[in-house]
Amino acid sequence: MPELGRAALVVTLGLAVYALVAGAMAAHLGRRRLAQSAQNALVAAFFSTLVASLVLVAALLRHDFSFAYVARTTSEALPTGYTLSAFWGGQEGSLLLWLLILTGFGATAVRLNRRWARDLIVWVVPVFAAVATFFAFLVVAIASPFVTQAAPPDGAGMTPSLQNPYMLAHPPLLYLGYVGLTVPFAFALGALLSGRLDERWLIATRRWTLFAWTALGIGQLLGAHWAYVEVGWGGYYAWDPVENAALMPWLAATAFLHSVMIQEKRGMLRVWNVLLVILAFSLSLFGTFLTRSGVVNSIHSFTQSSIGPWFLAFIAVTVAVSLALVFWRLPLLRSPTKLESPISREAAFLYNNLLLLALCLAILWGVVYPMVSEAIRGEAVVLGRSYYDFFLRAFGLPLLLLMGIGPLIAWRKASLRSLATTFRWPTLVALSTGAVLLALGAGSSIPGLVAYTFSAFVAATIVMEFARGTRARKALGATSWIGAFSSLMARNRRRYGGYVVHASIVLLAIGITGSSAFDSVKEAKLTRGESLAIGGYTLVYRSLDERQSANATEVRATLGVQRGDKDLGTLEAGKNAYTIEQQVSNEVGIRSDKLTGEDLFVIAEQIDADGSVYFRVFVKPLVNFIWLAGLVFLLGSVITLWPDGKEQRRLVARADEVGLPATR
Amino acid sequence: MTTALLLAAALAVVCVVAVALPFLREPDPETDALDELDEGERRRLALLEERDRALSALKELEFDHRTGTINDQDYREQVGPLRREAAAALQALVRDAPDQPKEAPDRQGRPVNGRT
Repeated sequence: MPELGRAALVVTLGLAVYALVAGAMAAHLGRRRLAQSAQNALVAAFFSTLVASLVLVAALLRHDFSFAYVARTTSEALPTGYTLSAFWGGQEGSLLLWLLILTGFGATAVRLNRRWARDLIVWVVPVFAAVATFFAFLVVAIASPFVTQAAPPDGAGMTPSLQNPYMLAHPPLLYLGYVGLTVPFAFALGALLSGRLDERWLIATRRWTLFAWTALGIGQLLGAHWAYVEVGWGGYYAWDPVENAALMPWLAATAFLHSVMIQEKRGMLRVWNVLLVILAFSLSLFGTFLTRSGVVNSIHSFTQSSIGPWFLAFIAVTVAVSLALVFWRLPLLRSPTKLESPISREAAFLYNNLLLLALCLAILWGVVYPMVSEAIRGEAVVLGRSYYDFFLRAFGLPLLLLMGIGPLIAWRKASLRSLATTFRWPTLVALSTGAVLLALGAGSSIPGLVAYTFSAFVAATIVMEFARGTRARKALGATSWIGAFSSLMARNRRRYGGYVVHASIVLLAIGITGSSAFDSVKEAKLTRGESLAIGGYTLVYRSLDERQSANATEVRATLGVQRGDKDLGTLEAGKNAYTIEQQVSNEVGIRSDKLTGEDLFVIAEQIDADGSVYFRVFVKPLVNFIWLAGLVFLLGSVITLWPDGKEQRRLVARADEVGLPATR
Repeated sequence: MTTALLLAAALAVVCVVAVALPFLREPDPETDALDELDEGERRRLALLEERDRALSALKELEFDHRTGTINDQDYREQVGPLRREAAAALQALVRDAPDQPKEAPDRQGRPVNGRT
């Protein structure tokens, strides 16, 4: 049924164009029914895109190779889960997913906020529709997933590295994050267009931003774990341009989530917040452009295609229009209050914002530098790991420290005396940790030692905040300590959920530091019976086996692992040769120590015909803290995202009070 | 092919009906104007935001003082200006309020839903 898919997408394009034109006219002329009609068009666009998506899913499940997209991305032998993941595994399908999520988010955001921000929503709809029009145009005219052909007997299959369970969740989560950033962008532009620059656009978008930010964060961590277990180079983050493309909007959104608090509490940074939202959305578009344009070399890139220039043009128009609107509305964006002291919570959040933005821009420069150098000197110069590592240390370490300082300083102005009292215990904990680690030999990496010391400081502030808060709740009448703790979390989910997220960043910092600053690596070619020693482990190469799975021939070297005199069992590492795809992948062996969080990581780099194997072995201390951080991050985000009925009631009451009745 | 085209046509018709629904439901409405805030209502909204901001800041300050995050000196320096801000916003709201019904004078000057 490719005709149904094509027709559904044409209907989506028509609806998006209608929502754009009718929505803009309704907002400009003040026409109520036309505005409702434009909103309905946006909702209908979601359902027509859903129909198109279901057509593609059906074609994938039926292995209908008359769809060129299905033939290019799947094969008969591909397991069903991976066949479904082909929906976003190729260019056209992933663009369709973008459009589906975009129209879904647009329709939902408009429905959820129409009760108390109807006058603002009228201007938000055409912005959503403009973005939807662009993506609908792409899938209708430039990269349709419904192109047909004479069906070949079998498909080309899927890239082996994509045949991994993580691929079922990593790309969709990134798309949820990228597309989710359209919601704050649409509301910010709606607020600029309408001149309704009160607090409502911020409140309407805060949870959406948080949701998008969470999805981007978890998506990146899953991607890092995928790279770790599947790509087989011994690391989890390579500063690849496309990895960076997901990190940059996440950093911009992190900055926004902090600075938005300053606007809510103090009415400051109004221009800054709008600019951050525009930056985050533009970077999400830029990331999508990078993946698809073929301008960078990355394992994530789709094949070079014709949509790059379209994306570039759309980004240019988006940035130009957005900045023009900000400039136009500058008089309305003036803040009524000023920073009272450089030692205050808002000042700490501002420093945090500047550091996040500086890190984001440093990464952006690293990403675009090869293109710039090629344009100027005719030679693409790629900035290596040391460039990024330098800025990660230069901006990341102060950021880590500020994470502990910011939440504990008073708003407006804090006295030095109060700072000394507040930070006495955390400082003592941090310095003691640093001294102990130094005595244990952690001084081999000064940035590593500093990172651990700062992590201890932040962890101490978080524990202190929870302890003090629970004690205060108990004093206020909670019957038990558990009751006091629950009441503390329930009454201020945003604040204490935020602390849980901070705790996850501490775990992340510990994991990254341990696995990068204190890891060890060894390489050796072994024949059966030979051994290799590293980081207290001894590995003995025992055997080499070959077996056949559904879609690949698997070769595995078995190694016996010992630590001292203790036998830790065996570990397998090898390669898979995929028959249809005609590609070979590394299949690494990993032994995790659940108690210490350390990994023994084995790569069988080269397997010779005589059975000898060239092994590369890593010992990565604390690396599992990174994955644990993901779980804690998710927990903190869920706590923070949990709906706040009290806030909703307050907003509806406020709308009622100013004459925007909540019904109709 | 035919089934696909029929389904596509049905989809298009449903979408057109959805888009036209506001006009079909109200072919001849009393007013077709959008609910827009006038200048006074926008000023009132700004005052309500200011009031809520000040009250929320006061609440947070009280809790931070109770937990010990904010010491007595910082608390004393901040609580006064915050209370004045909240009071100023409340007074401005009372001044700015549309005429209240005479039979309910006790509600005058009180924030929405009886919150103080």
